[in-house]
Amino acid sequence: MLLIHCPYCDETLPEAEFAYAGEAHVDRPADPMALSDDEWAAFLFIRSNPKGVHAERWRHVHGCARFFNAERDTVTDAFVSTYRAGEPRPGTKCSAGAPAGDDMKVAAE
Amino acid sequence: MSTHRIAGKGRFDHGGPVRFTFDGKRYEGRRGDTIASALLAHGVHLMGRSFKYHRPRGPVCAGTEEPNALVETSRGKGRFEPNTRATAQELREGLEVRSQNRIGSLAFDLQAVNDLVHPLFSAGFYYKTFMWPRSFWDRVYEPVIRRAAGLGRAPDAPDPDRYAHRNLHTELLVIGAGPAGLAAALAAARAGAEVTLVDEHAEMGGALLSDPDVVIDGKPAWDWLAAALAELDRLGVRRLTRTTAIGYYHQNFVGLCQKLTDHLDEPPEGAPRERMWHVRAVRVILAQGALEKPLVFDGNDRPGVMLAGAAQTYLNRYGVLVGDTPAIVTSHDSAYHAAFDLADAGAKVAAIVDVRAAPGEGVLVEARRRGIEVLTSHTVTGTNGRLRVKSLRVAPVSGGRVGAARTIACDCVLMCGGWTPSLHLFSHTKGTLKWDEALDAFLPDRSAEECHIAGAGRGLWGYGAALADGAEIGVTAARALGLDAEAAAPVVERDRTGTGETFKELPTDGDAGRKRAFVDFQNDVTAKDIRLAVKEGMRSIEHVKRYTTNGMATDQGKMSNVNGLMIASDAVGKAPPQVGLTTFRPPYTPTTFGAFAGYHRGRHFEVTRRTPIDPWAEAHGAAFEPVSLWRRAWYFPKAGEDMDAAVARECAATRGSVGIFDASTLGKIEVQGPDAVEFMNRMYTNPWTKLGIGRARYGLLLGEDGYIRDDGVIGRLGEDLFHVTTTTGGAARVLNMMEDYIQTEWPDLKVWLTSTTEQWATVALNGPNARRVLEPLVEGQDLSAEAFPHMSVAECTVAGFPARLFRISFTGELGFEINVPARHGLALWEALMKEGERYDICPYGTETMHVLRAEKGFIIVGQDTDGTVTPDDAGLSWAIGKKKADFVGMRSLRRPDLVAEGRKQLVGLMTEDGDVKLDEGAQVVADPEQALPMKMIGHVTSSYYSAALGRHFAMALVEGGRDLEGRDVFVPTPEGIRRATVTTTAFYDPAGERLKV
Ligand SMILES: [Zn+2]
Repeated sequence: MLLIHCPYCDETLPEAEFAYAGEAHVDRPADPMALSDDEWAAFLFIRSNPKGVHAERWRHVHGCARFFNAERDTVTDAFVSTYRAGEPRPGTKCSAGAPAGDDMKVAAE
Repeated sequence: MSTHRIAGKGRFDHGGPVRFTFDGKRYEGRRGDTIASALLAHGVHLMGRSFKYHRPRGPVCAGTEEPNALVETSRGKGRFEPNTRATAQELREGLEVRSQNRIGSLAFDLQAVNDLVHPLFSAGFYYKTFMWPRSFWDRVYEPVIRRAAGLGRAPDAPDPDRYAHRNLHTELLVIGAGPAGLAAALAAARAGAEVTLVDEHAEMGGALLSDPDVVIDGKPAWDWLAAALAELDRLGVRRLTRTTAIGYYHQNFVGLCQKLTDHLDEPPEGAPRERMWHVRAVRVILAQGALEKPLVFDGNDRPGVMLAGAAQTYLNRYGVLVGDTPAIVTSHDSAYHAAFDLADAGAKVAAIVDVRAAPGEGVLVEARRRGIEVLTSHTVTGTNGRLRVKSLRVAPVSGGRVGAARTIACDCVLMCGGWTPSLHLFSHTKGTLKWDEALDAFLPDRSAEECHIAGAGRGLWGYGAALADGAEIGVTAARALGLDAEAAAPVVERDRTGTGETFKELPTDGDAGRKRAFVDFQNDVTAKDIRLAVKEGMRSIEHVKRYTTNGMATDQGKMSNVNGLMIASDAVGKAPPQVGLTTFRPPYTPTTFGAFAGYHRGRHFEVTRRTPIDPWAEAHGAAFEPVSLWRRAWYFPKAGEDMDAAVARECAATRGSVGIFDASTLGKIEVQGPDAVEFMNRMYTNPWTKLGIGRARYGLLLGEDGYIRDDGVIGRLGEDLFHVTTTTGGAARVLNMMEDYIQTEWPDLKVWLTSTTEQWATVALNGPNARRVLEPLVEGQDLSAEAFPHMSVAECTVAGFPARLFRISFTGELGFEINVPARHGLALWEALMKEGERYDICPYGTETMHVLRAEKGFIIVGQDTDGTVTPDDAGLSWAIGKKKADFVGMRSLRRPDLVAEGRKQLVGLMTEDGDVKLDEGAQVVADPEQALPMKMIGHVTSSYYSAALGRHFAMALVEGGRDLEGRDVFVPTPEGIRRATVTTTAFYDPAGERLKV
């Protein structure tokens, strides 16, 4: 049972109050109909799946019901940070093109 | 009576006897005994038969790691337990104990023939022996194995005991109350820390309980222990005995299983048998000590062969001498102390056989002083004795060569192959281990949690070292909690220090292939098996483990893992860390299902949601079915009716006059705000802008992948207010999905969602007389077809209650759905029933609802769709707003796979013979003559008897189904292949005439 910090409630609470909601920062395209089949398929299906720090979404479903973002290490399961939806990822220091796993390693250190 | 109880020895008072039986024979033990210590006091070593070879076995150890002495215990029907460890279960008055895993008597087990044919059962025997012929598996091998193998019988009655759960937050959790754990708890508690100290045994003290001669701070060990426990109590330390830390999870979350009543003669009425503690600790100290390893030699499993430390525990803690003429076989100095204690208690030590060339000088002096013969650089080449060891064959080893053997008579063999730091819980946390060359042991390396390891767990040996380390670690933990702390290590005299070596199997003289040198006692794995596994290509310890089953028994290889690794690494020719160590998993020791389940059993296993009308349904004899967490009325059988008869009657009554249905479980979401219509446009496939206030529409919700997720009727009650309904099972999912888009994709939209599922009770009235029943009860709304046409919604008063009234139909009949505040639901229902009497109003359940909707071809999401069905597949293209620029899932509807030819489409199926009911899930094929396996082109999704059609009908998803209309397909069934004609899904009143009233 993990403890998770809800950035809206500003409390650290048991995992049972939360629900996982997939990878974070996968923005829905503004005009999906303008995308090619491949681009749309990439949005639908392709996720980073890093070994290391992963930006992901959680919902405080049995609390304030807000969706928020978190950085979590997929090796240890440990949360590195949680932050509100719409806020930039704390670890996004490196160039946007770098693989998520790598740039997060820098952020975690 | 007790032939081996030593006066003046042991921890507990030697007062009143405790009577128990073993295999029907009566015995007396003493208060505080375990089953094993009480039997050993009577000279009984034979306590079980081994798993595979049915070899006679006795206890090897004196703790929970016991692999052999597993017995059945019982406290009456339902309180029968297999695989109780005789070495851990405390005696209680009247305890019934039976040996297990035998056919016949324990002394003469018919299946011991397995032992004679042991070459058949070598490593990987499951994989090799039973591979061929395939047909033998079901008929011969599996039944035989199931009967022969397995450890004990399963109980055959429900467990009547209660099991408790409790949460605990603590600053410091210390696991293990041996010297290191006690010193750590003392140091931290003295500094002011809030401490919880747990130990799996009945009393605290750990190894100190077996070593009373040690002197600590000038006091005999047991006096120091008593003082330490008293001080802990004064300091307010929470002490839990009989409490096993079974698992160590993320963020210092530790599961503790506390045994509360198994040791009591008469458990208090209603007392829980066990309590599972869910502990969240700021800091954790693991002080679990070390586990003694056996030595691996031929015949090391005979009753009477046990660990030297165990013999010492039986003597000092339980006052039981395990044998009169013990022989000691060791590679560690610690076994010498066991030999000395036994000799001082009156045993005649036959010899100490030391595998090493140079034991510690101190222990050699002590052995000489007692006149005990010590044979260094010796090996054991075998043992003798059928049900109890009688002698030991030993031989000198020089330059790798085994010399001439001699036989030493003895009545027990006490072995010690060194000690393994107990790091199971550390392993649960993904803490890493590193191999220590000097100790031949894995020691803790990097920790993934806020935890510390003290004492023997990190390779320290001797009481002085353990106490000093415990105190030091206790101080470290206290400081980490922000407290001032000073370490004060106790002064230890007459310490029992020493060193040892770790060996692979001991050298032998004869044919090693014929030797039965056991590594894993519980799974009957020998050194030869492990070498064979390596020879057959296994290189990693993980493969060796699975091939031989070494370490895979319920003891998780607490004794066998390191010995197995030493042998495997020798066979592979690599250092042990290169061959690896398997990972330990929770629970640390076998744990009852009851402790995990706790209060969550029976009706408390999960919630049962009930509608406000549920009591009426129950009072009127409804049969119920679970629908997600709801309990719903399924049908209302009259006397003598089965389900089919009841449903046929309910269907006919509804279509003929009027039926009433409790639809309260429908998901309901209030969508409100200036951007509500924009939000609806983006979420649902349908266009919402032009839906007038007071009008309703069937809404279809897709996932972003274009597949149907949910549906339901949605009414517009205002410019900025929608009453959305969802499927019963989909309510929470749909709200979650909507919230997701609002919060994270379109935070600019001014729209708010509220779940109102449980706020509204919903009653559906359907049938040609529905309006006549409803009309007299309605105020504030004209129900005429002109004023309130199909797909209308209005706020009005029904039966005196404020209501949201829909005119909609899920049956094809004139239909209304009346929503009133939940607390009025039952009264509304009763008012409608009363008003409907003159029309023979018929209450119906979910089954009739399913049939009536299927007759109209209306889908049930999740039954006629499966997460891969598009609107077009389901024949719902009409529900898509053609002029919309975007909605969730819209782009996917143009993906190549979703517009490809040959997708499965929802169609009707009419069997050639209308009396034949197709099974839901049955597969559809085009050509019944094709070779097996046939190509399946679809499956039946819904299948019912229709009273209106006078026959059975079905819906199915079939490849290119709509193009097959009028053609025949085939459905293989257990009764033969059925021919069916593909039709549309509009089975009943396709023109919808019945709504036009
Ligand atoms: Zn929150």
